[in-house]
Amino acid sequence: MVVFGVYVINKAGGLIYGQELGATPKLRANDRLTLASMFHSLYAITSNLSPQVQSSGIEVIETDTFKIQCKQTLTGTKFFVMSDPAHTGLDALLRRLYELYSDYVLKNPFYTPEMPIRCELFDINLARLMEQYESGRALTATF
Amino acid sequence: MIFNLYIFDRSGTCVYYSEYHRPRKATLSQDEEFKLTYGMLHSIKSFVTRISPKPVREGLHYYKTSTYKLNYFETLTGLKIVLNTDPGVGDIHDLLQQIYSQIYVEYVVKNPLCTPGEKITSELFETRLNALITSLPYFAT
Repeated sequence: MVVFGVYVINKAGGLIYGQELGATPKLRANDRLTLASMFHSLYAITSNLSPQVQSSGIEVIETDTFKIQCKQTLTGTKFFVMSDPAHTGLDALLRRLYELYSDYVLKNPFYTPEMPIRCELFDINLARLMEQYESGRALTATF
Repeated sequence: MIFNLYIFDRSGTCVYYSEYHRPRKATLSQDEEFKLTYGMLHSIKSFVTRISPKPVREGLHYYKTSTYKLNYFETLTGLKIVLNTDPGVGDIHDLLQQIYSQIYVEYVVKNPLCTPGEKITSELFETRLNALITSLPYFAT
């Protein structure tokens, strides 16, 4: 497993979806929530502390044990994935994740925006996407 | 492009700051900015240790936004060297280590006139550091 976890944060900083994948040790639900809001505030501070004009917040964090790549949509929702530090190409995965989110979460009439994501179709398709990604196949829409 | 450099000691005081290029002028006073930077690094460190699936050894190496990259190096004694560059600059962990071992240790630690925990005023340190940084191929581009 090269991807350790997938998380979605709403524009207020609350975790609306979070999952550790495969054999990655599971975080406690509470920790997951605090870490997500921590990431949200770090994102805001890093864009503020920039020495360069008009900076976004954190896009990549790299440490010796893992790497986080983050993408923020225009509406303020943040997606971030955690993976092995040597891994590249998370951009495509984040884009596909956003597609799944718009297709199976936002278009779901029973979903209230900004609330935790409990959509079966999203779960199924995310699992399928991860399987496809881990097997190293190109990420194309197969649905 | 190299933007600026911070050196924090183990208690969080900024003992050295130097600015090379800074397109966006600081909005806070310098002291406030040091505090905010240190606080932010402290939070990132704790975030990283808590979220990491495996036990961390060195912790944070860098983070990157759309316009800058913050490179981070921490010694076992808690000294933190932070160098902001543009996001295109590659892995410069070795450079930070070199700043520590060849410049900080040589001209600050071995200098009897430098008191730990106070701002570094040594001119020799500053000249050597600037010479190293300005000689880098990505210094101004």
